Amino acid sequence: MTLTLKIWRQKGPDAPGRFVTYEAGDVSPDMSFLEMLDMLNQDLIKKGEEPVAFENDCREGICGACSVMINGQAHGSKRGITACQLHMRLFNNGDTVTIEPWRAKAFPVIKDLVVDRSALDRVMQAGGFVSVRTGAVPDANAVPVPKENADKAMDAAACIGCGACVAACKNASAMLFLGAKVSQYALLPQGHPERTRRVLAMVEAADKEGFGNCTNTSECEAACPKEISVTHIARLNRELLRAALRA
Amino acid sequence: MALDSKIPSGPIQEKWEKHKFDLKLVNPANKRKYRIIVVGTGLAGASAAASLGELGYKVEAFCYQDSARRAHSIAAQGGINAAKNYQNDGDSVYRLFYDTVKGGDFRAREANVYRLAEVSGAIIDQCVAQGVPFAREYGGLLANRSFGGAQVSRTFYARGQTGQQLLLGAYSALMRQVAAGQVKMHARTEMLDLVVVDGYARGIVTRDLITGKIETHLADAVVLGTGGYSNVYFLSTNASNCNVTATWRAYRRGAYFANPCFTQIHPTCIPVHGDKQFKLTLMSESLRNDGRVWVPKQKGDKRPVGQIPEGERDYYLERKYPSFGNLVPRDVASRAAKQVCDEGRGVGSTGLAVYLDFADAIARDGEAVIREKYGNLFDMYENITGENPYKQPMRIFPAVHYTMGGLWVDYNLMSNLAGLFVIGEANFSDHGANRLGASALMQGLADGYFVLPYTLSAYLAGQEKVEIGADHPEVLKTAAEVRERNAKLLALKGKRTVLEIHRELGLLMWNDCGMARNEKGLNHAKARIPELRDEFWKNAIVPGSGEEFNQALEYAGRVADYLEFAELLVDDALHRKESCGGHFREESQTGEHEAKRDDDNFSYAAAWEFAGVGKPATLHKEELEFEYVKPSQRSYK
Repeated sequence: MTLTLKIWRQKGPDAPGRFVTYEAGDVSPDMSFLEMLDMLNQDLIKKGEEPVAFENDCREGICGACSVMINGQAHGSKRGITACQLHMRLFNNGDTVTIEPWRAKAFPVIKDLVVDRSALDRVMQAGGFVSVRTGAVPDANAVPVPKENADKAMDAAACIGCGACVAACKNASAMLFLGAKVSQYALLPQGHPERTRRVLAMVEAADKEGFGNCTNTSECEAACPKEISVTHIARLNRELLRAALRA
Repeated sequence: MALDSKIPSGPIQEKWEKHKFDLKLVNPANKRKYRIIVVGTGLAGASAAASLGELGYKVEAFCYQDSARRAHSIAAQGGINAAKNYQNDGDSVYRLFYDTVKGGDFRAREANVYRLAEVSGAIIDQCVAQGVPFAREYGGLLANRSFGGAQVSRTFYARGQTGQQLLLGAYSALMRQVAAGQVKMHARTEMLDLVVVDGYARGIVTRDLITGKIETHLADAVVLGTGGYSNVYFLSTNASNCNVTATWRAYRRGAYFANPCFTQIHPTCIPVHGDKQFKLTLMSESLRNDGRVWVPKQKGDKRPVGQIPEGERDYYLERKYPSFGNLVPRDVASRAAKQVCDEGRGVGSTGLAVYLDFADAIARDGEAVIREKYGNLFDMYENITGENPYKQPMRIFPAVHYTMGGLWVDYNLMSNLAGLFVIGEANFSDHGANRLGASALMQGLADGYFVLPYTLSAYLAGQEKVEIGADHPEVLKTAAEVRERNAKLLALKGKRTVLEIHRELGLLMWNDCGMARNEKGLNHAKARIPELRDEFWKNAIVPGSGEEFNQALEYAGRVADYLEFAELLVDDALHRKESCGGHFREESQTGEHEAKRDDDNFSYAAAWEFAGVGKPATLHKEELEFEYVKPSQRSYK
């Protein structure tokens, strides 16, 4: 099939960007979305043009590197997957596809479809860890964790840090990301000693990075490739309230 | 130079304990005076950087990804082994050691493997304490499952994303050290060379992937945790940016590269679909716990699955290996799949696939149980293929997945270059000629959390502290060579894209040096690789400039290294005229087409020394001694 692609091109962080239209011919339905972009880039390189910069690595939906808005939706229209897992059989011959980078104040564009997501690392540095020393820990089975809690913690831990929640949110809020992290540690006994300090520090760090606040639209949940539930935002708010009362 | 493996004396059960006591220490007040570079932030690199930072060293950590959390360790699905014996099913440190030496087809170093098994339990303790959400039973205790090559259930897991959860644990420890000021993190920074002064590793040369700036970083020791080289095959299950550059550059500066021909072909990947494909997707080996592998008994049987009656199906793994069944090790399962496809019994449009069937498991346990165990894998399969594996069997085929070879290291994980340490998949030591499932995560974390912090400290304590200035001639020369090489790459304005040349190299390697190898094919590859390399340096196209974010330049540099490295891999495969583990020489097989080792002539690790591009490398041998697990014909029948 043949597709018309409207792709955001931007030389660098301070350069103005614009949409450039390309035609992608010979697209097979078995291709992944990124393989379709690879093919476009091969053509551009051969024509002596600059290939489109886009982030990708594992191409198995788990590293969280790929980060494109496809027709206005983070990672495309199919729920529960990253852009690298999106396959071209979901498109029709003759479709026009708009491809943009994540748009958020906290994620400045580096080039074309590549953005700087180091703000998420800095939020993690504020408290997204358990302060244990290597080696100085009890036996793994010394503290039982009810299966239900372990499963819920795993639901939260599934976050791949791609930033789709931020890109999808009209406030560019990172609450789903934060909620996932805070929930995981709040649900496990290992996270409890730092429970109060952690949530206050992480929320403060996120505010400082320029992420917006949550207005309960739940677009983040719809965009999340790991289908992380907004109930984790609810737990984040409870944890924040609990911490505020204690602090 | 003689290879001294520095294996401590004494009974194997006491070596590591005794060695830890014998190792010199750096006093706490002096630790802050040492600077250590750690390249790569996967399980090995992140755990090492975090642990060294915590000890008090000044650590500089580097990764080419935008965040340390994205290293390819995240893609590991199935699990991590540990000899906890929580299942009371007969596991022990000795059994894990025994299984790993045997699984590696007697080409690993016994003392290293024993230490790996010995620290395995502590890894699980560490990860749980960090908040890694391992699977648990209703009583709140940790759950286990079984994996290929073992008859006990010793694998800990976090749904189908164990690697990601373990890496997030190590990454969170790393972020904590970054916040504490002990580790300086350099993301989006690629190591392009190693600075070696008078035989000592003293630093690295890097490129800032955003600005393109070439920089030099100096240190008292350099640690490489930069993963494997599967992408020399172009199509592999590795992440698209995984590369051999860091280890290859170190090799060019004098570090020995050991056993490059030991590559692992994983039996359960989604088959290739077309010629525009860039990447293969792995389906976790854990699926073989419940899935049954089969092909039709009849050659060329193209009937849809539902029309092939039970009696006309060949569950060939269960038939050939009754005691291990579908859980035979990866090399055995891969070769068996190749064999049935070579016989014309492969399925799917290309005939290069076998079925992995869950019908019996679903009938036995119900769909809900199977969904709970493998739901994300089934979803991934459906996304990629458009077929529903709850309703029809998966089609799978082997693909390159992991590389056992890597830079040669001694028992202390130090290469032959003083001050250069190599950990995780990047070194060669623990898996021999074949790695067992769920052992890669174990090795990465063992090296980073529990081995390197001791051995690296001892190295520093045993050296006179030497300050190398940024204006040292060797430092300036190394950086100048990196700039020159980038300029050469950017001057390439030919007709073929780098990807096309990489694809051609990969196909050549897969055909001539893949699941099965013979002298004729290897000689063909050996002749063809230099031609491809010439073509690259004459006819490739590298767009853009060096002073900007330029993914095409990054990729060209990596492929240029593959074009040199491939030749060493083929030379190693040519010289090893035996079959062992992942290295199957057709000339050396038993009557039943099983790998036939030649212990009389090849019971050694082959460590190669660089002699120049296109020139034969010099072979150094580390003879392997098996005092505890006596080499035998590996049998999984």
